[in-house]
Amino acid sequence: MEHAGGGGAALEIRGLRMVYRRGDAAVEAIAGLDLDVADREFVAIVGPSGCGKSTLLKLVTGLRQATSGRITLHGRPVAGPRPDVGIVFQSPVLFPWRTVLDNVLLPADVLKLPRAQYTDRAKELLELVGLGGFETMYPQELSGGMQQRAAIARALVHDAPLLLMDEPFGALDAMTREQMNLELQRIWAASRKTVVFITHSIAEAVFLADRIVVMSPRPGRILEIISNPMPRLRTMEDTLSPEFGAMVHHVRGLLGGGGTGAAL
Amino acid sequence: MARLRHAALPLTVFVIFLAVWEAIIRGLEVPSYLVPAPSAVAGAFWRGFTQARYLDHAMITGFQAIAGFIAGSLLGIAIGAMVVVFPVAERIVYPYIVALQTVPKVAVAPLIIVWFGFGIESKIVIVALVSLFPVLVNVIAGLKAVDQDRLDLMSALGATRWQIMRYLRLPNALPFVFAGLNTAIVFSVIGAIVGEFVGANKGIGFLILQANFALDIAAAFALFVVLSIMGVTMHATLQWIQRKVVFWSRAEEHFRP
Repeated sequence: MEHAGGGGAALEIRGLRMVYRRGDAAVEAIAGLDLDVADREFVAIVGPSGCGKSTLLKLVTGLRQATSGRITLHGRPVAGPRPDVGIVFQSPVLFPWRTVLDNVLLPADVLKLPRAQYTDRAKELLELVGLGGFETMYPQELSGGMQQRAAIARALVHDAPLLLMDEPFGALDAMTREQMNLELQRIWAASRKTVVFITHSIAEAVFLADRIVVMSPRPGRILEIISNPMPRLRTMEDTLSPEFGAMVHHVRGLLGGGGTGAAL
Repeated sequence: MARLRHAALPLTVFVIFLAVWEAIIRGLEVPSYLVPAPSAVAGAFWRGFTQARYLDHAMITGFQAIAGFIAGSLLGIAIGAMVVVFPVAERIVYPYIVALQTVPKVAVAPLIIVWFGFGIESKIVIVALVSLFPVLVNVIAGLKAVDQDRLDLMSALGATRWQIMRYLRLPNALPFVFAGLNTAIVFSVIGAIVGEFVGANKGIGFLILQANFALDIAAAFALFVVLSIMGVTMHATLQWIQRKVVFWSRAEEHFRP
């Protein structure tokens, strides 16, 4: 499948390098990384723990500044937090004093968007993520999977074209996780967003992504980028195909090859 | 029904306790100026409300405690917020606050009577001083104890300092604030009584002193009961407000009256 829609690159990363200072020691988290993500493409990033995946995400969101290199988002360099990005964290990060609906509307409140108009949009999004009818409940009344769905709706509410997801399903049990993968594919297809998805799980990455970016252990660099040509929408049956198995095997080989603690 | 059964055991124990107390006093003929029998306390309680205007005095003490509690709490919240918003204020103000706290309020009470007079104003000031610190400390802790993930979420949206304060830090601090208020409300009754001991002509503290001078120990005990009822009522009211306001927090009932 071609990963186009609009054509141009939504995200361009050039020569990205990140060095943390810890006392006297300097830890190189990311060592020279180049990546282009096309508009409406779904890119998954896999790598062992501490390979700088989450650091990469923090740099793209503008929460941290890179040591060197350039990140260009929708044609403009990233210099700080930007409203054209929606983020889903590993934990749902919902506010317990806000209802589910008000949590989804948080970006609208912060960005001072008209609430009346966005309330309708938020309700549609809750419907989209399968939380219709839960608007007036509080997050602590929902299960972990439902909370993460609410977090996804929140990331979509201000209609940012790029969705960044940092191991969003890492804390869920295997069954719920599988369900959420199917849901996310559906949401992605329906909302036509660009997604950068960070995960530990090779199977999850291969199932969801148009391209899988495999990263090396620290200092993080790209080992290989693998295209997944399997047609959409994929089903759980597809994960049993030889094609799928071969891709998973290939990625595992790349991660295991270094001998420094492979993922999964 | 379940509540009734829940209360049955402690109530039974309480009745037995009173009966044993009464029996010991009568059996051993303990003089009433040392320890009064429960029946004598009940009598003093009744006479207090019918003849000695306990209710008026309780209203005065209660008003002093509540007014001082509200003033001290608001001041604590204001100073706490200022200290968190302007870190430089923490370095300037906080040492004095700590120094103030290490001075026992009982020690400064006579001075406050001199400054603010014999009336209720001086008691309100003493109560405010006593209530201030627990609220202040908890406000500062609550405003600072924010999850990094939640801060990242707000920052990623480009939230301003004020927006982070309004949407995240303030609601996040509320359970802490209530923990401080719960301590302060108990302190507030103590503060009012201390103020009345040092110098007053009204209030429950004033009546306790009078009863002691008259060796009317039954009346003193009756006044303790009045104080307990006041304290429990105030604490229960605060807990009720807390459950309404901080409905998401379960770590609320650290002390159940």
